[in-house]
Amino acid sequence: MKGRHLLSIKDLSKEDIIHILDTAEGFRDVLKRDIKKVPTLRGKTVVNLFFEPSTRTRTSFELAAKRLSTDVINFSVPTSSVVKGESLIDTAKTIQALGADFVVVRHASSGVPHLLSEQMDASIVNAGDGINEHPTQALLDAFTIREKKGGFQGLRVAIVGDILHSRVAKSNIPCLRKLGAEVRLIGPPTLVPEGFAGEGIHLFYSMEEGLRDVDVVMMLRIQLERQDRGFFPTVDEYFRLWGLTEERMSLARPDAIVMHPGPMNRGVEIDSAVADSERAVILDQVTNGIAVRMAVLYLLGGVKS
Amino acid sequence: MEKELLDKRDIDRALSRMAHEIAERNRSLEDICLIGIQRGGVHLARRLARKIKDYEGAEVPCGSLDISLYRDDINLRKEQPVVRKTEIDFDINNKTVVLVDDVLFTGRSIRAAMDALMDMGRPAKIQLAILIDRGHRELPIRADYVGKNIPTSLSEKIEVQLSEEGHPDRVVLLKEGK
Amino acid sequence: MKVLIKNGYIVDPSQGIDGVGEILIEEGKIKEVREHRSGGRRDKAEGLLLEEEFKVIDATGLYVFPGLVDMHVHLREPGFEYKETIKTGTLAAVRGGFTSLCCMPNTKPVNDNETVTEFILRKAYAEGACYVFPIGAITKGQRGEELAEMGMMYEAGCVAFSDDGMPVMNSLLMRRALEYSKRFGVPIISHAEDINLSAGGVMNEGMVSLSLGLRGIPAEAEVVMIKRDIELARLTGGRLHIAHVSTAEGVRAVRDAKKEGLPVTAETCPHYFTLTEDAVRGYKTKAKVNPPLRTDKDIEAIKEGLSDGTIDVIATDHAPHHRDEKICEFDRAAFGISGIETALSLGLTLVRDGVLSLPGLVEKMSLNPARILNIRKGTLKVGEDADITIIDLNKKWKVEPERFASKGKNTPFEGFILEGLPVITICKGKIYERDN
Repeated sequence: MKGRHLLSIKDLSKEDIIHILDTAEGFRDVLKRDIKKVPTLRGKTVVNLFFEPSTRTRTSFELAAKRLSTDVINFSVPTSSVVKGESLIDTAKTIQALGADFVVVRHASSGVPHLLSEQMDASIVNAGDGINEHPTQALLDAFTIREKKGGFQGLRVAIVGDILHSRVAKSNIPCLRKLGAEVRLIGPPTLVPEGFAGEGIHLFYSMEEGLRDVDVVMMLRIQLERQDRGFFPTVDEYFRLWGLTEERMSLARPDAIVMHPGPMNRGVEIDSAVADSERAVILDQVTNGIAVRMAVLYLLGGVKS
Repeated sequence: MEKELLDKRDIDRALSRMAHEIAERNRSLEDICLIGIQRGGVHLARRLARKIKDYEGAEVPCGSLDISLYRDDINLRKEQPVVRKTEIDFDINNKTVVLVDDVLFTGRSIRAAMDALMDMGRPAKIQLAILIDRGHRELPIRADYVGKNIPTSLSEKIEVQLSEEGHPDRVVLLKEGK
Repeated sequence: MKVLIKNGYIVDPSQGIDGVGEILIEEGKIKEVREHRSGGRRDKAEGLLLEEEFKVIDATGLYVFPGLVDMHVHLREPGFEYKETIKTGTLAAVRGGFTSLCCMPNTKPVNDNETVTEFILRKAYAEGACYVFPIGAITKGQRGEELAEMGMMYEAGCVAFSDDGMPVMNSLLMRRALEYSKRFGVPIISHAEDINLSAGGVMNEGMVSLSLGLRGIPAEAEVVMIKRDIELARLTGGRLHIAHVSTAEGVRAVRDAKKEGLPVTAETCPHYFTLTEDAVRGYKTKAKVNPPLRTDKDIEAIKEGLSDGTIDVIATDHAPHHRDEKICEFDRAAFGISGIETALSLGLTLVRDGVLSLPGLVEKMSLNPARILNIRKGTLKVGEDADITIIDLNKKWKVEPERFASKGKNTPFEGFILEGLPVITICKGKIYERDN
């Protein structure tokens, strides 16, 4: 990686991504040992700055940071105090003064990690910004796909759901394209913007057409409140048309895997029978997430500004 | 400017002697394992294991160790680090581990290697085998088996080139300057 | 005070003047204008004699325009003095070469009654560096529910009505405003935006918004409202002025309406013919403006609209904000550009690029807005106020917001090297000089 920050997959080259995945392999081995901790980043401080609640991502980063022997502070800013007018810049300056070396940031507004990277000395890791990106999720998904499928060349990956608002999709699309996979985006036309179509990226409004012969099915979480904004009429109708069922899964390649960034809405975007099947690698994603985040912190840790 | 210090035969002779010394010092070869430090040490450890098998008929387990995660210079590095494989698919508890590296210099890599080993188990003993000892120690570390002592100045560099990496076997001294 | 501006190249489309000449000012009024080529050249002796009596401005190599008129400014006072005041805003205006401006009603309280209008005018008279013409709100509190007292505000001095920033979504109410305003002959200025289509948007909807993960405002949010308001202008015969046109389709709609002879005029702003949505990349809040910066195709259409007369006016939509309102999350950042001190230089690029002639630019930035608002400005006719802008067309300068007279330093043009500077602005009997 060239920079001191991980803000966007778009900033990474194919070689950068592969280097991160290769480095993560080493950390996955560490996580299999009895002593699952290395002294690599001893004395460094990681601040998890979460303006949006996210137990999963925060815990994964926390564990990754602890396995690298850093000191971890969880700085959760409830939305209410933001509403009261506490300035993001003031929060950033406070954390800077605490001596953070890394700031892992999650925020409901796109571009906040970029803003912090201009305002702070610490290395900024984007843990999800608005409807923009979630780069470490894409990296751990790529790691999991490579682990299960061996590589990306000629691979067909379907991403299903609310593409428009999904930071997971927005990081995965460029990541998978850089690695050489073909990407299919499937969902309601209100949530699959035509602007996303491009070389190696195909849009489908029908599950039956889109899932045919794919190697990987990556489900996205449906934000239930979207229903009120009129993107689709009801959750029931959504499941009827875009829910991942065993029957639909049978259209994919026989060895296709099912991924989900969690937390799942069973019966909304995915049927339990699929979520709990042999093909689901959802828990591998969770485990791999720690190794990938260790790799990211480690690789950012030595880059001088 | 470079100067050849050891050629293929010199290296082979030194390794043969070291293999004999290892066998001599450790009466029961069953409790011994060789672990090479990435990258040069890994090839040397394999060569030593082969020689011990040739001379003693004993199959000594051989592994590789990456010490990147234990280094103390993470803040000083200029390039992106590459974490290489650590492959130790045998139990090191209560074993005599012979750490193998190509050049012994400041001793910091060996310190890191020992810390890494300790996180993987509790060896009974750790010994150190080195092809070239060039001096300038910064830590109280001494090799048990030495291929060759080569006094150097700090501005010089020693490079061990091995056929496993696609070079002819040789050890060269690189001098700074024009 | 008596002032003689000599040897300047005078451009005054209101009288068809386009050549080197002299202007004499007495008691703050234009006393005399003479073009050399029309044989009015003074002999040397007379010139010398005069120079003892008059303050002489040697404008050799410089251009002399009627003072510029900006029909779209946010002065922020009353209520948001931390962003701008009538004093700083008018100082910024004269620094930008403007001698008259219209201030939008979105103050606190809203300029929706004669008391606020009178307050603004009193303050502007006392503290303003240039002339201020208030624009009143169409609806009470700009809430889009019931008409404000347009008649009383008109009598107090409002020259147009607009709910700028808070578009009148209710078509019936907009119809009533266009009808009612006919009594006073003033334009209704439409901030054309369908707020349901633009809801939550923070930049132009398109590839860049998808790439940045920012919510988009489609061009159609502007276009559908321009078309609606044109239909209502046809229905009512009321005078409609479309503010800050930013889209190619918006230009086309205005062009068609004009072809038909409807009472429609339109303005655009320098940023809409200079920058595209790409300026937002990197989450640059300084490029966050409403309507948003669009695409190359839109820039081309706007230039064409300026060139063929579809767009009558270049206004600034000067929208100063406090730095804290810009150094923050992109979603939360305020919309707007502090533009009054860069507008003329950006307008001059249109002349250099052959989009407009120099008299054409003076029409867009001085004469046309004065005519649309029916104010006695935008001319160097004898007897009128001596509002004069003197420009060095070749002067290169770097945009450094900290030098702005405006409190608002929010400009996406920071660091740009621009060509052409209003070096002297004469207004209300005072001479303002600027060297950067």
